[in-house]
Amino acid sequence: MNILEVKNLSLAFRMYDGAFSRRDLSVLTNLSITVRGGEILAVAGSSGSGKSLLAHAILGILPKNAVTGGELFWCGERLTPKLQQKLRGKDLAFVPQSVTYLDPLIRVGRQVTKDDKRLADLFFRYHLKKEVARQFPHELSGGMTRRILISAALAGNPKLVIADEPTPGLSPHLAEHAMKHFREIADSGAAVLLITHDIDLAIRFADRVAVFYAGTTVETANASDFADENLLRHPYSRVLYRAMPQNGFAPAVGSQPYAGALPRGCLFAPRCEKCTAECTKAPPAPRVVRGGEVCCRHAA
Amino acid sequence: MRGKAANLKEADAGMKRMVISMGMKGIFAKKRGRRTAAAITGCVFFVILLAIYIGGALLPDSALAADFSQKSLPPSMKHLFGTDFLGRDMFVRTVKGLSLSLAVGAVASVISALIALAVGVTAAMGRGIADHAVNWFIDVFMSVPHTVLIILISVAFSRGAFGMLVGLAVTHWVSLARIIRGEVLQIRSMQYITASRRFGKSRLWIARKHILPHMLPQFFVGLILLFPHAIMHESGLTFLGFGLPPEQPAIGIILSESMKYLSGGAFWLALFPGLALVLLVLMIDKLGNTIRSLLEPREAQL
Amino acid sequence: MLLEAKNIVFGYERGRNILENMSLSIESGERLALVGPSGCGKSTLAQILAGNYVPGSGQVLLDGKALPRRGFCPVQLIYQHPEKALNPRWKLGKSLFEAWAPDDGFLNALGIEKVWLSRYPAELSGGEMQRFCIARALAPETRFLIADEITTMLDVVTQAQIWNMLLRIAAERNLGILAVTHNGELAKKISARTVTFPEKT
Repeated sequence: MNILEVKNLSLAFRMYDGAFSRRDLSVLTNLSITVRGGEILAVAGSSGSGKSLLAHAILGILPKNAVTGGELFWCGERLTPKLQQKLRGKDLAFVPQSVTYLDPLIRVGRQVTKDDKRLADLFFRYHLKKEVARQFPHELSGGMTRRILISAALAGNPKLVIADEPTPGLSPHLAEHAMKHFREIADSGAAVLLITHDIDLAIRFADRVAVFYAGTTVETANASDFADENLLRHPYSRVLYRAMPQNGFAPAVGSQPYAGALPRGCLFAPRCEKCTAECTKAPPAPRVVRGGEVCCRHAA
Repeated sequence: MRGKAANLKEADAGMKRMVISMGMKGIFAKKRGRRTAAAITGCVFFVILLAIYIGGALLPDSALAADFSQKSLPPSMKHLFGTDFLGRDMFVRTVKGLSLSLAVGAVASVISALIALAVGVTAAMGRGIADHAVNWFIDVFMSVPHTVLIILISVAFSRGAFGMLVGLAVTHWVSLARIIRGEVLQIRSMQYITASRRFGKSRLWIARKHILPHMLPQFFVGLILLFPHAIMHESGLTFLGFGLPPEQPAIGIILSESMKYLSGGAFWLALFPGLALVLLVLMIDKLGNTIRSLLEPREAQL
Repeated sequence: MLLEAKNIVFGYERGRNILENMSLSIESGERLALVGPSGCGKSTLAQILAGNYVPGSGQVLLDGKALPRRGFCPVQLIYQHPEKALNPRWKLGKSLFEAWAPDDGFLNALGIEKVWLSRYPAELSGGEMQRFCIARALAPETRFLIADEITTMLDVVTQAQIWNMLLRIAAERNLGILAVTHNGELAKKISARTVTFPEKT
C-alpha cells in the first residue's frame, strides 16, 4: 500500500543576499517518490543538496520563506497542512539529524512519551536503562541520543518514519544497529523514508533507492539493481555507480547545476552522453522501466 | 547547492518554530514588502530622531522665556502640551529636553560601547588570567544596582553634567562587553581562523581581517541599543536630582518639577513629556533592531 | 622529507586519553590512509599532525624538527566541512589568496572556474568549496597534506573527481598525503598503505 506519494514536488526559497537584493532559489524540482508500507525507501544524494527539505516539506515544517508546488498524498488522501499537523508525532514520525532537536531542559523520558508503559517497552526494545529516562539530553552519549530520537519517533506507532541522516557520528556497530531498527519498523508494516548522503548505506539497508540529483529524483531503483551497472536505468545512476571507489572510481566530468541556474529541460542533460535536442527542451516525465521509476527519455 | 548553508539554517529554525506554510501563496504576497517596510520604518524613525535633535538644538533659549500671562494652561491648539507654572510652552520644553537627552545618550553610549569593545576583545584574546579577571570584574559590576552605581560615580565626579556623563559612560558597557567577548571567542574557534594561522598569518592580522569585520555590525547594533538605557538612566538620575542641573531643559527636570503640580490637576506637565520620552526610547530600540535584521539578512526572519 | 608522530598521548578530558602512545610516519610522495570508525581519535591525530592541537606528551617532527609555530606550515590540513573552513563573509578569491596566489593554470587543474572567485561560500556547492580549500592548502611551501574526511559529505562523483585530481597533483609535487576516512573502499583506492584504528568499546 502506498503510504506516501509525492508528486512533482518543487520548492524554492526566497533569499536575501544583502539588505534588499532578493532572489528565488529553487531547491527541489519535479521530485516524485512513493513510499510503500513495509519497505525502506532511501533518498540518496550529496549533503546540502536539499534532501532534508523533502522531509521538512512532508512534515510541513518548512521555514516561512519557502514556496512549494506539486502534490502530496497520504494513503491516497491529499496531505494538507491541517492533516500534517494531525499526523505529526503520531502516524508521521521524524528521526532528526541531531541532538539539537531535543529540548535540553526536559528529561529525555518525558520527551519520548508521556505513557510510562509505552516508555518502558521502548526502552527495553532499544536497550536503554530505566535510569536514562531521568537524564537530560546533554548527559547522553551519541549512540544513546540516537536511540532516544528513534524511540521518540516510534512512540506513537507511526505509519511512516522519516529518518534524516540517522547514522553519521555512530560507530559502524551502532550504525548497523540503528539500521536494523529501521528494518524492524518496516517489517512490522510501516514505511521508512531514509534520507542519506551515503549511497553505500542506502544500497545495503534499503529496499529501494531514489537517486537524488540537483533537487530531483532521477531514478528509483531496487537496491539490488546497484549490483550491476546495466541494471540501472538513468545515465546519472550509472555515472554514480562507476564513481564508487569499489566500481572504478571514475571521475565523470562536470558538476550538478546550481539551484539558481537550473537547465530548462532534463537537469542532467548538460552532462549526459545520451542527451538529444528534446532533452534540453522539457524535463522528462517519470516512467516505469523494468520495475523501477526513471526520469529519462532514453532509458530502456 | 547554492545557498545551502543558509537554507538549511533557515530550515532548522523553521523546524523549531513548527511553521506550516506549504503552498500558501497568500502569506507570500504579504511578505514581499516586509524588508522594505522595515527599512522605511527605520528611516522614518531616524529622521524623526534627527529632527528632534536638530529642532531642540536650533530652538533659541528665548523660546523658553517665562510668560506669566500664559501660566499653567492646559493643552490647546496654541500650546500643544500646555504651559507650566512660569508660562513656558511645554512642547518646546519637551523637544529641548529630548534633544538634550539624545546628545547625552549619544556621548554616553559611544563611550560605553568603546569600553565594551576594548574590554570584550581583551578578555577574549587574552584568555586565561585576563579573561578571568575581566569576567570577575563584570560580575562585580553587575552585582551592584545600576542606578546606585551611577549615582555614586556621578557624585564622585563632582555631579552635574560631567559627573553624570562619566557615570553613564562607565556603567553601560558590561552587557555589551559580555556579548562581544562571547562573539570573539566563538569566531576565534572557527576552522577558518585556525586555517589562517597555518597559512602563517599573525594574530594581529587575523584580528584585523577576520574578527573585527565580523564584530562591527554587532558593535553598531549594540551601540544603538545602549542608547535607550543611557537615556532612561539620564532622565531617572536627573529626576532624582543627581543628574543635570535644574537650569538645563532636561526631561528629568521637567518630570521632577511636575510632581509638585500634579496634585493640582496639571497632568499635562508630566504626561506629555513622559510619553514623549517613552516613545523616543522605543523608537531608538526599534531602529537598532531594524538595523540588525537588515545587516544580518540570513539570520533574520524578516 | 619525513613527517613523524612519536608516542602521541592526547585526551580532551583529564584521565581519558583518546590517543595512547600513537606513532606513525609518512614520507614525501607517500599515500597513507588512516581508517577507523568515528570517535576513535583519527581526526584528533590529524589535528595534532597539522600542529593545531598540542599533544599531552609525544612529538610531531618534520625531518626531525618540530613543526614551525609561525609562518606557513608545511603540513596543511583540509577539513571535512569546507563551509566551516572558509570565512562566510569573504569572497572565495580573498580566501584563496589568503594562503597564496595560484596562477590560472593551477586553478584550471583543480577545476575552479574564475567566476567563482568573486562569489561567497554560500553561493557554491560543497564540492566547489572543497576545491578552494584544497587549492589553498596546495601552496608551494606545502610538503604534506592531511585530508580529514574531505569527501565524506560529497556525492561519489565529486569524491572521485576530487581525489583523482588531488592524487595527480600530489604525485607531480611529491607531496605526502595522509587521508583520514571511515570508508575502507575509498582508502584502498587512494592510498598505498593503511593504518586501521580499532573500534573503542
